[in-house]
Amino acid sequence: MATWIPGSASASPAPGGAYGWRAVARAFIREPVAVLGLAMVALYALIALGVDLLPLRDPLAVSAQRLAAPTREFPFGTDALGRDLFSRVLFGARLSMEVATLSVAGATLVGGVLGLAAGYVGGLVDLLVGRVMDVFFAFPAILLALGIVAALGPDPANVIIAIAVVYTPIFARVVRAPVLAIKAHDYVEAARATGARPVRIVVRHIVPNLLSTLIVQISLALSWAVLTEGALSFLGLSAQPPAPSWGVMLNEGRQYLEFATHLAVFPGLAIMIAVLGFNLLGDGLRDALDPQRR
Amino acid sequence: MGRYLAQRLAGAIPTLLGVAVLTFAFIRLIPGDAIAARLGTSTALDPEQLASLRSYFGLDQPLPVQFWTWLTSLLHGDAGYSIRTGRPVLVEIAQRLPATLELTVAAAVIAIAVGVPLGLVSALRPRSRLDVIVRIGGLVALSLPSFWLGTLIIVLFSLYLRWLPNTGGYVEFAQDPLANLGLLLFPAITLGLALAGATMRMTRSAMLDVLGADYVRTATAKGLAPSVVVRRHVLKNGLIVVVTLLGIQVGQLLGGTVVVEEIFSVPGVGRMLLAAIVQRDYALVQGAVLGIAVLFVGVNIVVDLLYGYLDPRIRLG
Repeated sequence: MATWIPGSASASPAPGGAYGWRAVARAFIREPVAVLGLAMVALYALIALGVDLLPLRDPLAVSAQRLAAPTREFPFGTDALGRDLFSRVLFGARLSMEVATLSVAGATLVGGVLGLAAGYVGGLVDLLVGRVMDVFFAFPAILLALGIVAALGPDPANVIIAIAVVYTPIFARVVRAPVLAIKAHDYVEAARATGARPVRIVVRHIVPNLLSTLIVQISLALSWAVLTEGALSFLGLSAQPPAPSWGVMLNEGRQYLEFATHLAVFPGLAIMIAVLGFNLLGDGLRDALDPQRR
Repeated sequence: MGRYLAQRLAGAIPTLLGVAVLTFAFIRLIPGDAIAARLGTSTALDPEQLASLRSYFGLDQPLPVQFWTWLTSLLHGDAGYSIRTGRPVLVEIAQRLPATLELTVAAAVIAIAVGVPLGLVSALRPRSRLDVIVRIGGLVALSLPSFWLGTLIIVLFSLYLRWLPNTGGYVEFAQDPLANLGLLLFPAITLGLALAGATMRMTRSAMLDVLGADYVRTATAKGLAPSVVVRRHVLKNGLIVVVTLLGIQVGQLLGGTVVVEEIFSVPGVGRMLLAAIVQRDYALVQGAVLGIAVLFVGVNIVVDLLYGYLDPRIRLG
């Protein structure tokens, strides 16, 4: 699992401070691999957002040309029902991205708030949050997601919940450690001395310092979310046929591997490009945001 | 060491209890009726029969009572009966556990055997061609969906090259060691590749950190041969970090077996779990999820102990 657990509790300085976002951008652009990751993510996002504007066949429309190999007419070939695989793969980006972004957004929000509360308030809250999170950490990630989807029913909406639940404790942990460090800084102490209320201190002084950590973690979480959505839909626990979902396509294609290898190639390649893109982007961002690595 | 072990084991108890509550709660959320699912739609059952079956399986009791019954009998070694096959859950799991464990261990061995040496070599020669290949290869390996990799392996090796039957399966090691390993090889590669990529990256960055440390510079300055420095200082200290990070991830392989067992038709716990989910076999799903979670917690404790053994600072701290 591509989780990034900060090695130490020391918080990296806010990018808006002495280094600035511009320095971060410069450091990022200097790494060709990071830029490649950004390009892959941008391609994925653009297709997901604008796929219905493209001149594509209906991804659900069947035709007489079944299991056709890739041709100029059908760049990725057709499936067992004669549906255009190119159109299905591109539409698959939308479903994949919906699940990935919504689940990671949920996990960031809930996990972030829990981590802030545990780190900033401390004491009993910290203990309680920690104990509950420990229980969730006691399951292998994919098993936890599988269990939740099994309980709620096979549906993309439930996959969103499942992935969010799996990632919530990770975000809580990733946020809690730097909060402890930032809390001890003089400027937070000073804000408190001037009578600033806790919410204001957290929003004005602590959250901005967490951004770099969060951005990296979000990127890596998205890669895992795309992967997990793919796995669950492959196992028949997410979108159901005939939905143009990458995992569903791969699973449907398994029966025809002998005559139509293209069914196994393109949907998997699409998942990998999205996952690799987020991984490269996360790696590049981590290096660019860390002044010591620049 | 004994006290440390006792502490770790005691600390795991509330976690395991939480795991039991969660497992129980999840399964009860499943829509649909286990009895109805077992009998299928073809059997018309009058409400009386249904009620008596439900009470026979204890499904008519209040949830806390069901949980308490389940937990106490679990502690007596009774995890209930599979509603579908009627056999004890523990027997069902025990029968499939060897395949899953063997697959997990084999995947971990592959990941370590590939990841650690490549990560080390790449750290020793930063920015070399090998280093670039290792870094990019590591990320690609991490990003390969196991269900896709498994499918591609089946296409290549059983459909084109015809090296293995595409039915997959499992043969006990004691029965036929060669057949066992042959059938295990590709599922293990599929399961272990992502971890190999992760291990490569972790080893590389851990070794780079150690290589930059003062004591390594001192060791080099006092005239030790580079190979001695690497063996005595870099490897030992770097591996401590690798073991910890690896420990967090090795247990995750247990979850990955669900997908890989399904693709290669390995009759393990993961595949059984998937079938049980579809058939709403409450007791079996509960048992399998709980079993894997307990194993997972166990693996984490073992890794912790190993870490304490490798690094005396942890044990004493």
